[in-house]
Amino acid sequence: MIAQHLPALQVVVPLLSAPLCLLLNRARVAWLLSTAASWVALVIAVLLLQQVLATGTLSYELGGWAAPWGIEYRLDPVNAFVLVIVAGIGSVVMPFAATSVVHEIAAEHRVLFYTTYLLCLAGLLGIAITGDAFNLFVFLEISSLSSYIMISLGRDRRALTASYQYLIMGTIGATFILIGVGLLYMMTGTLNMLDLAQRIPSVADTRTVRVALAFLTVGISIKLALFPLHLWLPNAYVYAPSVVTAFLAATATKVAVYMLLRFLFTVFGAELSFEAMVMHLVLLPLALLAVFSASVVAIYQDNLKRMLAYSSVAQIGYIILGISFASVTGVTAGILHLFNHALMKGALFLALGCVFYRLGSVQLRDIAGLGRRMPWTFAAIVIGGLSLIGVPLTVGFISKWYLVLAALEGGLWWVAVLVLLGSLLAVAYIWRVVEVAFFQPAPRNAPSQEAPLTLLLPTWALIGANVYFGINTELTVGVAHRAAEWLIGGGG
Amino acid sequence: MQWLGLYNYWIVIFLMMAGFYVVISRSNLVKKIVGLNLFQTSVFILYISMSKVQGGTAPILKEGFAVYSNPLPHVLILTAIVVGVATTALGLALVVRIKEAYGTVEEDEIHNKDESL
Repeated sequence: MIAQHLPALQVVVPLLSAPLCLLLNRARVAWLLSTAASWVALVIAVLLLQQVLATGTLSYELGGWAAPWGIEYRLDPVNAFVLVIVAGIGSVVMPFAATSVVHEIAAEHRVLFYTTYLLCLAGLLGIAITGDAFNLFVFLEISSLSSYIMISLGRDRRALTASYQYLIMGTIGATFILIGVGLLYMMTGTLNMLDLAQRIPSVADTRTVRVALAFLTVGISIKLALFPLHLWLPNAYVYAPSVVTAFLAATATKVAVYMLLRFLFTVFGAELSFEAMVMHLVLLPLALLAVFSASVVAIYQDNLKRMLAYSSVAQIGYIILGISFASVTGVTAGILHLFNHALMKGALFLALGCVFYRLGSVQLRDIAGLGRRMPWTFAAIVIGGLSLIGVPLTVGFISKWYLVLAALEGGLWWVAVLVLLGSLLAVAYIWRVVEVAFFQPAPRNAPSQEAPLTLLLPTWALIGANVYFGINTELTVGVAHRAAEWLIGGGG
Repeated sequence: MQWLGLYNYWIVIFLMMAGFYVVISRSNLVKKIVGLNLFQTSVFILYISMSKVQGGTAPILKEGFAVYSNPLPHVLILTAIVVGVATTALGLALVVRIKEAYGTVEEDEIHNKDESL
């Protein structure tokens, strides 16, 4: 009975826990509730993924209204995988929050933090699960509005301006998406994604549909921080509380990438997106520019959080690069990197959260010599960094490997070379951290204590996942490959 | 004279660009929110325009009427209006907090205050 309603529960559990948090109005209880809700969401997501891998697709009619009229939740290998990523990161970040939030967020805001976190989780899961284009916009705004609030909770007053800037950019992006959906509705008279996919080919040659594709691509690109629309991202990540940065870096942009995949491949179809509209000619150069410009900027940052934020922009470049090949291997690489980047950035930002907990700062000069005083934290940063570079036995290697394969398969050997060069830039910015942390003497007043276990355990859980999925690639590559085949095949 | 018949779309485009321009060009944070609002409102008009059926009445079942305007975009846009109100409210709340923290709502002055730290 309840198994039948899992798709709805996936969104409803966090969505209803949010007001409950507010009503209970006790930080400790709110934390327990949001941790429980995240874990329940993860269990549901894993069950759904299993079901989807066994049967193909799963359709759920919300409120019992049949598909093209009512809102349909539709699960296929692509979004079932995204659900697991989002819920998984949520359930690792929440245990971390217990200690970190007490340290970083003012007492009167803690309950609000948990409430908005749950809303954000519900919104992100909703974007992934829904099969309705307008419903997607609504969930997007739920997750965006709550993430603006979460960012503004940072102690630094610049968190406010960062959040404001993100609000302006994010709203423009969301409005672009709204325009795109409206134009599609105008031409096809439907909002159901599957229905749209069937009806668009007959009107594909009209300017309206092409403009719709352009609006949707630009709107989503703002949300996923594709170069040069990434300007909101660095400040938002730097000034937000550590937990928020880790959660958003690992989930929000990833879900936006999923939206792009969904619209380019399922709704418009690869034929219209890549043959008629030559999206790859736009996405490929932007992706490469993102990789190089953001990596170079990252090398010159003295704030570690800002360094990782720019590195995020670069890594999103790799994901988009994979997608722009529009081949099964390319999209596999994109989806793999989507998962892998969530793991490494989640881990790295949590590790920085540990540093911030002891130091109250994440400036490069302040971590001098701390490698020996906080061995576990900095070991985590090193392993996460290696994964970011793409060293074998970490997840980063797997996605880079597939990316290079895809480039060679498409006959673009120079892109493969550029991917490898981009990794060298990652070596440069990670090395700076290692050098300062391990090879410089610690100042006398440096803290000599390791971060508390409640922070280290979640961090190491993600680091462990980085290594585990770097060695045992069966699950991730298998799912990503199936998802890519599904998207390219225009699977209905 | 087809373009004249599409005047509502011209209004949409004008409002959209005007709003967008205000967001980009003004450095006053409140004015930016106003521009953003204008930008969003233009999209509401786009949706409402497309739902109009020529000769159609309001979508209420009544004898003697067979042609109705499409009610779905109206409903969609009601949702989008709610989203717009929430965004504006949150934006203005942030501006209030920024004013408390910086004592100004001018972008360049805020920038200078952060730089001088």
